Amino acid sequence: MANTIELDIRRQDTPYSPPYWQRFSIPHRRGHNIVSALMVIREHPFTQEGKRVDPVAWEFNCMEEVCGACSMMINGRPRQACSTLVDSLEQPIRLEPLSKFPVVRDLMVDRSKIFNDLKRVRAWIEIDGAWDIHQGAPRISPVAWKENYLYSRCMSCGCCLEACPEYATEKDFVGPAALAAVRLMNSHPTGRYHRRQRLHAIMGDDGLSNCGNAQNCVRVCPKQIPLTTAIGELGRQTSLQLLRDLFGESE
Amino acid sequence: MKPQRKVIVVGGGLGGLWSALRVAEAGFQVEIFSLFEVKRSHSVCAQGGINASIDTKGERDSVWQHIVDTLKGGAYLANQPPVKTMCEQAPGIIRTFERMGVTFSRTAEGLLDLRLFGGVKNRRTLFAGASTGQQLLYGVDQEIRRQEALGRVRKFEWWEFLSLVKDGQGICKGIVAMNLRTMDVKHFRADAVILASGGMGHVFGHRSTNSTNSTGAAACRAYQQGARFANCEFFQFHPTAMLGDDKTRLMSEAARGEGGRIWVPKDPAERRKPTRIPEQERYYFLEEWYPSYGNTVPRDLASRAIWKVVHEMGLGVGGEHKVYLDITHLNPGFIEQRLHAILDIYRKFHGTDPVHEPMEIYPSAHYAMGGLWVDFEKDENSGGLKAGSPRNHASSIPGLYACGECDYGYHGANRLGANSLLSASFSGRVAGEAVASYLEGLEAGLEAVPEHLYTDEVSRQQRLNQDLLRGGAENPYTLHHELGEIMSSQVGVVRDNATLKQAIDSLQGLAQRCRAVDLESNNSWSNQGLVYARQLQEMVRLGLVIASSALARDECRGAHYKPAFELTPPTDAYPGDPAYEVYREKWKQQNQQWLKTTITEHSTAGPRISFEQVDLSVLPPEEPRDYR
Ligand SMILES: Cc1cc2nc3c(=O)[nH]c(=O)nc-3n(C[C@H](O)[C@H](O)[C@H](O)COP(=O)(O)OP(=O)(O)OC[C@H]3O[C@@H](n4cnc5c(N)ncnc54)[C@H](O)[C@@H]3O)c2cc1C
Ligand code: SF4
Ligand code: SF4
Ligand code: FES
Repeated sequence: MANTIELDIRRQDTPYSPPYWQRFSIPHRRGHNIVSALMVIREHPFTQEGKRVDPVAWEFNCMEEVCGACSMMINGRPRQACSTLVDSLEQPIRLEPLSKFPVVRDLMVDRSKIFNDLKRVRAWIEIDGAWDIHQGAPRISPVAWKENYLYSRCMSCGCCLEACPEYATEKDFVGPAALAAVRLMNSHPTGRYHRRQRLHAIMGDDGLSNCGNAQNCVRVCPKQIPLTTAIGELGRQTSLQLLRDLFGESE
Repeated sequence: MKPQRKVIVVGGGLGGLWSALRVAEAGFQVEIFSLFEVKRSHSVCAQGGINASIDTKGERDSVWQHIVDTLKGGAYLANQPPVKTMCEQAPGIIRTFERMGVTFSRTAEGLLDLRLFGGVKNRRTLFAGASTGQQLLYGVDQEIRRQEALGRVRKFEWWEFLSLVKDGQGICKGIVAMNLRTMDVKHFRADAVILASGGMGHVFGHRSTNSTNSTGAAACRAYQQGARFANCEFFQFHPTAMLGDDKTRLMSEAARGEGGRIWVPKDPAERRKPTRIPEQERYYFLEEWYPSYGNTVPRDLASRAIWKVVHEMGLGVGGEHKVYLDITHLNPGFIEQRLHAILDIYRKFHGTDPVHEPMEIYPSAHYAMGGLWVDFEKDENSGGLKAGSPRNHASSIPGLYACGECDYGYHGANRLGANSLLSASFSGRVAGEAVASYLEGLEAGLEAVPEHLYTDEVSRQQRLNQDLLRGGAENPYTLHHELGEIMSSQVGVVRDNATLKQAIDSLQGLAQRCRAVDLESNNSWSNQGLVYARQLQEMVRLGLVIASSALARDECRGAHYKPAFELTPPTDAYPGDPAYEVYREKWKQQNQQWLKTTITEHSTAGPRISFEQVDLSVLPPEEPRDYR
C-alpha cells in the first residue's frame, strides 16, 4: 500500500474569484477518511511542492454521517467526506465542491436553496402550539412506521440534488429531497390534513413534473432514501388531487 | 401599544429551537444564531433515545422512579425541584414531539416502544429507530421553519456569537456576532438573549464523542462577561468510544450488554494481531476485578478500570491509550441482528469488521454535566418549578438565559443515559416561557440603550481579530492537540491534586501561547483558522475552569473521581450492621461538607471558586449508592 495519500483539491478563494487546483500529499495512515485527511492538511498546509498555502476550507460537524454538512465531490461523485475512507479510493483523490450550489470558498458551498425549498413545499406539521394537550400518541402500525422512518432520515446533504440532471441553481425545480419531505408529511396522521396545500406546491411549474425519472438521485443518497418511490407515490397523489380540484373536495 | 420585543437565541440544537419556538408562540420576534444550518446541530448525533416514564411495558414504572433515578444517578448534586418537574412533564414533551411529526418506534400493537437504558431497572427510553436525536431535532426544526414562513422567526445561520452587549445597569441587551463567510463583525439588539450553544467536549481535544460545534466557546465568552459557571468538574466519559484521528465515536453499551468482552494483552510488549494472541495471554480485567458484573459494570466503573489498566499498569494495547472490545467469540448471525448499528459505524469508519477483529476503544469525553449557572423558582405547593417564572433558567446576568447542554441544570454529578435529550428539550421550553414572562415585565425599550455600547463592543471584537491576525509562531491545531492531551490525561477519568496543579500550570502556559498563533491567511473570506483560534482560546479557559473546579472538590462524587478521598463501604457489612452505620455517618458528614454546587466566576487572576447550597427538598439524601 502506498505510504502517502495524494489529493488534488479544487480551490477558490472567494465566491467571486476563479478556481484553481492544488496537490497535497500526506503520510498514509490506516483509517483516514476525507475529513481526517483534510484535518492533517489544515494543520500542515503545504502543497506537494512544499509551498505554504492557506488551509483548505470545508464543512463538517458530526463526523458520523448524520449532520449532512460535509458533502463534496470525491472522485467525481457527491458523497459525505466524513464517511468516505481514503483506502477505498483511487489516488490521487480529487476533491471538488458540489457544483449545483454557489461556492463560498474552496469546498464550502451555500446550500440555503435546500432549506428554502423545504419552505416552498410546506414541509412541516401544523400544530396549535408546542404545549401538552394531554392526549396519547396515535397508534401507528410498525409497518407504516418503518416506511415513514426511511424518509425521516434525510439530512439535507444535497447529494441527490447534485446528481439530479433537472436540478440547477438557475432553475427552480424543488428537487427530490423536498419531494420526499412532502411524501413524509402527507402520510403523518395529522400532517395529512394539509396534504392539499403541499400537493399544490409541487403541482405547478418547477414541481413534480420536472422530474425526468433519471433515478440518479436515489443512487447517491448516503441514507438510502427511496426517493424515486416517493416520487412515484406523489405522482398518484397529485393525479388524485387534480381530480379533486376539478370535481370539488369532499374531505 | 407595547413596543415589539425581540429575543436572540444563540444555538439551533434541541435546546435553542425549543426555546425559540416558545418565545415565538408567545408573540415575540425571535432571531436564531447558529454556526451553520440549525438542522446540522450536534443534537442529531444522539442515537439511543429519550427518557419518559410512560410505562407501556407492564413494569409499573412511575414518574417518581424517574425522579429518584435521576437524582440518585446524579449523586444528589442537582437542585431537586427542576428535576421533579422535568420528569413529570417528560411524557408531555414526548406527546408534543409526536404532534410535531416525530414518530417514535412502535410496538406490534402500535404503541410507543420502550427500551432499557443504563443505570435504571425499568424500560423508560423512547427511541425513533437508531436516530432519535436526529428525529427530535427535525421535528422542532420543521416547526421553526413554519414560524419563519409566518415571519415570526428569522435565522442567522453561519454567524458566530462573540459577546454580549450590556446596558449601563449590566442588563443584557444584545450580542455581537461574526459572519462566518464574510467575516463581518456586527451588533444585534435584543430585549433578552438565550444561550443554547451546546456542550464542550472539544476541550478534551479529539478524544470526544461530540460534534465540532461542542467547543463551549459561546458559554465561556458569557462567563468572561460575568455569567457564572457551575459544577464544571463533572464531565462524563463514555467508556467505549471507537478511536479515530478526527474524533472518537461512541460505541453503545449494547456491545458489552450482548456479551462483548474487554481485554488487553498481559504482556505490554505484545505486538501480534489480537486474534493471534492465545486466550491465556489475555487479561480480562473487568471480569477479574468485578466478578459479579464482569463486563457490564456501569459506565463510570468501566472508564476507571480501563484508565487504571492503561495508565497505572501500563498495559494499553501496543503501548497506546487503547484496549480491546471483543465480540468475535459471539455468533455472527446473532450480533449482526442485535448490534447492527455498532457494526455499521465501526465498519464504515474503521474499515475493519468487528465480527472478525476486536474493536479498539478507549474512554472519551462525552457529556458536560456542568455549565452556565441558571436560577429557578420553586412552586411551594407542588415542590417543583413555578410555571412561567422569569427566574427559571435565568443566568447570573440579567436578561441572559441559558438552556440545553450549556447549562448545568438537571444531571448533578452524573447524567443518566437518555436524560439529556429530555433536559435539552425541557429546558428549552422552560427558558422560552421564562423569557416571555421576563419581557412582559420589562419597562424600557431598546431605544433607551445608547448606540455606543454596541459599537464599542464591535470595535473590541474587531481588535481581538486583528490581534490574532497579526500572527505568531504557534500552530492552533497543534495547540488543540496539546490541550486535549493535558485534559484527557491530567483532568480526566481519574484525578489527583498534584496532577491537577500541574495541569493548571500547563494550561496557563497554553493560554499564553494561544495568543500568538500563525494563521498565515491573506484571505478575508471564511477564515476558518481565525474562527478556530478564537474558539481555542475559550477552550483553554474552559480547561482552566474545569481543572480549578476539580482541584477544589476533595471527594469522589458521580463522575468526579479522586481516589485519595474515596469513601468505600465496608466489605461484608450491610445497612443495620454497626460497621455499615459508621460508614453511613461518614457519608453524611461528607455530604455536609461537599454536597454543594461549585460556582466559578471569572476574574483576571483566574477562576474564583465558591460553593452554594443545593435544594434537596424532594428526596433528602439518606442512602449512599451501593454497587454491590
Ligand atoms: C455521540 C452522542 C450520543 C448521544 N446520545 C444521546 C442519547 O441517546 N440520549 C440523550 O438523551 N442524549 C444523548 N447525547 C447528548 C445529547 O445529544 C446532547 O446533550 C444534546 O443534544 C445537546 O443539545 P443542545 O441543544 O444543548 O446543543 P447542540 O445540539 O450541540 O446545539 C448547539 C447549537 O449551538 C450553536 N452554537 C454553538 N456555539 C455557537 C456560537 N458561538 N455562535 C452561534 N451558535 C453557536 C450550534 O450552531 C448549534 O446549533 C449524546 C451525545 C453524544 C455526543
Ligand atoms: S429521478 Fe427525478 S429527482 Fe431523481 S435524479 Fe432523476 S430527475 Fe432528478
Ligand atoms: S435525500 Fe438523501 S441525498 Fe438527498 S438530501 Fe436527503 S439525505 Fe441527502
Ligand atoms: S460531518 Fe456530518 S455528515 Fe459528515
